[in-house]
Amino acid sequence: MSEALLTVKNLKKYFPIKSGVFQKVVGHVKAVDGISFELKKGETLGLVGESGCGKSTTGRTILRLIEKTEGEVFFEGKDIYKINREELRKLRPSMQIIFQDPYSSLNPRMTVGEIVGEALIEHGMADKNTVKDKVENVLEMCGLSSYCIRRYPHEFSGGQRQRIGIARALALNPKFIVCDEPVSALDVSIQSQIVNLLCELQQKFNFSYLFISHDLSVVKHISHRVGVMYLGTLVELADKKELFSNPLHPYTKALLSAVPVPDPTLKRERIILEGDIPSPANPPKGCKFHTRCPYKMDICKEIVPEYKDVGNNHFVACHLIGR
Amino acid sequence: MRQYITRRLLEMIPVLLGISIMIFVIFQLAPGDPVSAIVDPKTSAATKAKLREQLHLNEPIIVQYKYWIMDILKGNWGESFYYKQPVTKVINSFLWNSFYLSLASFILSALLSIPIGVLSATKQYSKFDYVFTVIALIGISMPSFFFGLLLIKWFAVDIKLFPVSGMTNPGSTATGFALFKEVMHHMALPLVVLTFGSLAGLMRYTRSSMLEVIRQDYIRTARAKGLKEKVVIYKHALRNALIPVVTIFGMSLPGLFSGAIITEQIFNWPGIGPIELQAVNTRDYYLLMGINMLLAFLTLLGNLIADVTYAIVDPRIRLK
Repeated sequence: MSEALLTVKNLKKYFPIKSGVFQKVVGHVKAVDGISFELKKGETLGLVGESGCGKSTTGRTILRLIEKTEGEVFFEGKDIYKINREELRKLRPSMQIIFQDPYSSLNPRMTVGEIVGEALIEHGMADKNTVKDKVENVLEMCGLSSYCIRRYPHEFSGGQRQRIGIARALALNPKFIVCDEPVSALDVSIQSQIVNLLCELQQKFNFSYLFISHDLSVVKHISHRVGVMYLGTLVELADKKELFSNPLHPYTKALLSAVPVPDPTLKRERIILEGDIPSPANPPKGCKFHTRCPYKMDICKEIVPEYKDVGNNHFVACHLIGR
Repeated sequence: MRQYITRRLLEMIPVLLGISIMIFVIFQLAPGDPVSAIVDPKTSAATKAKLREQLHLNEPIIVQYKYWIMDILKGNWGESFYYKQPVTKVINSFLWNSFYLSLASFILSALLSIPIGVLSATKQYSKFDYVFTVIALIGISMPSFFFGLLLIKWFAVDIKLFPVSGMTNPGSTATGFALFKEVMHHMALPLVVLTFGSLAGLMRYTRSSMLEVIRQDYIRTARAKGLKEKVVIYKHALRNALIPVVTIFGMSLPGLFSGAIITEQIFNWPGIGPIELQAVNTRDYYLLMGINMLLAFLTLLGNLIADVTYAIVDPRIRLK
């Protein structure tokens, strides 16, 4: 396969918890706690996990929309945390993001034309005369009519707004797009339209996606590889087929068993996890999953399992594996 | 938009009529006899009765109201008992003095409060933010009569930088730019008092509105586009944050004409505020009714301007 477009090494993002009269830092929410992966050109990596496990924070930290605590992020061989603000700003067009909420992610006081075209002018990809054509082009590509250009975001439905969000990201000709739950806020019929649109565009322009979602069936449809997150860490990462047919980590197994199957006659064994997800401010010692794991052993309470390749590009962090 | 404004203006007619009825009734209830206020106490009862007849004071209240409102519409607002001049003339000669002072304070506080509010929000919990939070608290807490006297003591009496009171030098004959300079010199201290009082609130409004906006997803979108931070803050964030602030400004529009009673009194500024107070004390009913009618009209007009501005700054609001 081709060279990695994006390399994430041991990325961490801790949010301080302040308390008391003098706002002393009393602890940290470990939203992202040591994540490593690679993303190749034209590839889609799905990132799944329960809500609050740090998926969105991962996406934003990778784009340096929020600052990291530790680790490295290489985009086309450049560490985006080692370049200054101005260089980062110049790099922005090649790495874009589509947000979850199409209602709050578009500026209500700007027309669609301004929203999509603004950055084109800012980065010298178009001037005042050509910007209209370019914007119309990209809107059309996303299934929106060109008359939308003069309208304001509030005049559109949720699905249309998400298309505007996608058009906005596409207009800049990116190489890599973080899709932060782009379809979670939409109803199912619109979801499939948007997912298909993303797939089509990828085939056309060879984008790389980091597709963040909690919906396993959507992730299964769109991704080439899938990573499973639990409490800020990746517990398993493998090719889509491999992961869905041969899940190794007990958490992945539990997640997969919860996916609804559209066949009422089929009886399946569901793995029901006990207890709640522990607080990321005070994660359990050893393997973070041991408090809920049905197969836990003594070693799980003490030692953090190594995140390793078990062959076939299948990474997993569990003491059960390779014994 | 034009249709909307026309309709709103038409809607003002019944509202103003209602207000005029209320004002008229309230002043009818007030104690005191207008005739004895006008004439010499030594006047004979027959003359008084004749005057009553002339002024339609013996007619039923509805008829009296009819005479009054018709006169108001014709521009005859009655004569002030105290000034022995038509009410319109009295109002006209004092209203503008108030307006200049209030307008200067309005513009100054807008020019100061918005940038300070924006900086306080973008640098939340910084030294800058804390300093201006404290200043805002002082501004809100300190009564204008105290602050005004303090400024007079420091700047007018001790170091004699500004005049103690008034709007021009006594017996001044200055015209043109010299007059403007003289008025500005006199205006400085009352302007500081008025601005300081209103600055705090506006600044805090801008700050909190801005804080809310910069946490929105579309600000994150703007950053992700690779826009300069200045563009993100001043184009994307500020334009949205100003929407609620515009309402506050709109609401303070009628105040431009009503005058600042306390501040004008302290600095002996010949504005409408002290005149109003004096009219209450001297039972100058026609003058009071006139001022009240005018303020009611300006308040309605101010609200209309605020609504229209609101629609201009926020595309989600459509005026129908």
